[in-house]
Amino acid sequence: MSTLRRRLGAASLTTATWVVAILFVFPLIWMVLTAFKQEADAYTDPPRIAFTPTLDQFASIFERGFLPYLGNSAFVTILSTLIVLLLGVPAAYALSLAPVPKTSNVLGFFLSTKMLPVVAAIIPLYVISQRTQLLDNVWALVILYTAMNLPLAIWMMRSFFLEVPTEMIEAGRVDGASLPTLLYRVILPVVAPGIAATALICVIFSWTEFFYAVNLTAARAGTVPVFLVGFITSEGLYWAQLSAAALLASLPVMIVGWIAQNHLVRGLSMGAVK
Amino acid sequence: MTAVAPTVASGQRVEAKPEKRKGASPWARRAPLLPALLFTIVVTQIPFILTVVYSFQSWNLVRPGSQHFVGFQNYADVFADSQFRGAMLNTVVLTVVCVFVALLLGLGLALLLDRKFLGRGVVRTLLITPFLILPAAGALLWKTTMFDPTYGLLNFVFGGETDWLSEFPLASVMAQIVWQWTPFMMLLILAGLQSQPKDVLEAAQVDGAGRWRTFASITLPHLSRYLQLSVLLGAIYIVNSFDAIFLMTQGGPGTASTNLPYYIFQRAFQGFDIGQSSAMGVIVVVLTLIVATFALRLMFRAFDVSKGVVK
Repeated sequence: MSTLRRRLGAASLTTATWVVAILFVFPLIWMVLTAFKQEADAYTDPPRIAFTPTLDQFASIFERGFLPYLGNSAFVTILSTLIVLLLGVPAAYALSLAPVPKTSNVLGFFLSTKMLPVVAAIIPLYVISQRTQLLDNVWALVILYTAMNLPLAIWMMRSFFLEVPTEMIEAGRVDGASLPTLLYRVILPVVAPGIAATALICVIFSWTEFFYAVNLTAARAGTVPVFLVGFITSEGLYWAQLSAAALLASLPVMIVGWIAQNHLVRGLSMGAVK
Repeated sequence: MTAVAPTVASGQRVEAKPEKRKGASPWARRAPLLPALLFTIVVTQIPFILTVVYSFQSWNLVRPGSQHFVGFQNYADVFADSQFRGAMLNTVVLTVVCVFVALLLGLGLALLLDRKFLGRGVVRTLLITPFLILPAAGALLWKTTMFDPTYGLLNFVFGGETDWLSEFPLASVMAQIVWQWTPFMMLLILAGLQSQPKDVLEAAQVDGAGRWRTFASITLPHLSRYLQLSVLLGAIYIVNSFDAIFLMTQGGPGTASTNLPYYIFQRAFQGFDIGQSSAMGVIVVVLTLIVATFALRLMFRAFDVSKGVVK
């Protein structure tokens, strides 16, 4: 009897979990539904669940010139992530497996850059960009996103580097492997999944960044979030189109996030938690 | 974006005694670190120094040639500005409430997920998704399909004709931010739950401890550092909230939902007052510094991040 009761308890808890989860993501489910509606079906009272799905809204997004924004986002995200890895992998190595003097000071410095408000830097960044022709230029975002993600990446990759068994490194050294060989043959294969996870986290943060993008870019270098801003003036009329744009803009990051979900925690906590 | 590290980390007595290894000069060892370090210093510190410089100047972008040194005048003006104080209060309320509510919801969801059940992976994936959609998309989505007075789902479910964004602007913005950040809290807490040693939990069960007792005396103490970390990281991000306010309420009606990031943005990019907005930026930095110094110590202590440094 008690097993029956326990089973019933477990089943109802599972049902409750499902209900809570669906309620919680309902705004998203609704967004997806709305994206496939005609505008007339998008705002009705009461809300309409049965409708004939259409791809019209996605087509009109591209007519509104979504593609260049998508291109800018892809360019900025991919390039800044690559630079983060280029700068970050050696730094993480220097802060973990071959620790430099004052390692914790350096780590603290990197962390401190994440703690200070971005608004405090936006004014000089605007002035500097203006004077160096970098205003509304994708390169300004590449540089800023690299700086934004580098500390996080170093912390996160460092936690992966620390997991490389010391015996492996020692064994390599005893065999007389040079540093590059050691890095390439012994360390990199072990930390490669960690580096990949770090890259995915950087992609997420770059793709979703809003503040710099809105203030430092406009028509030419605007990223996907900037495209969405165009809807605040007209959103009363174009809900379905807005939903389609929101879905399309978020989809790359959603996919990346789902792939990286096992590493998400580590990235978000800068490697402090596995 | 400033050098708080030395003051903070000097409290740490965990530094590596760099072992002398043959042939590796200190500079050769530092070489892999230097590009990243220099890049970060240049890109993050120069803007901050300039903010300080600008904060002592009267400078309005729409009046060319207006730039001149005014000492502490901007700071005096900022402190006398009741809107600034209002924005500061809103920032504190928004951060504290959002972090707290998201933490509680995150804890609840994490507890629900911390057991084996049919479709657990799917549920977890569903639950993290609000964190993954563009914050800008989330904000617009809530503004339109959720909060709209006529066609919004909230009024459909609860009845009435509430114009959420003008009647409860700050609360509405907070609802969206909480929705966006709850998955983040949930993930961190779930990691904490799953790192609990199973034998301890079983031992508690054998000893006849009930669920609640086990949770209160074993799980919660174990979780405390994960909770601290969630609060710390959540606060860092939420204090900077801009997208939701910019897209949902534009800080309004009036200044009802204006927080510091949005107010500084307004003064700088709509008022073009570089001097005053820089002074506000400096004030925000100083306040953050105070909190961050404390937070950095916490992070170093709670997670023993220096582990491995002495290797």
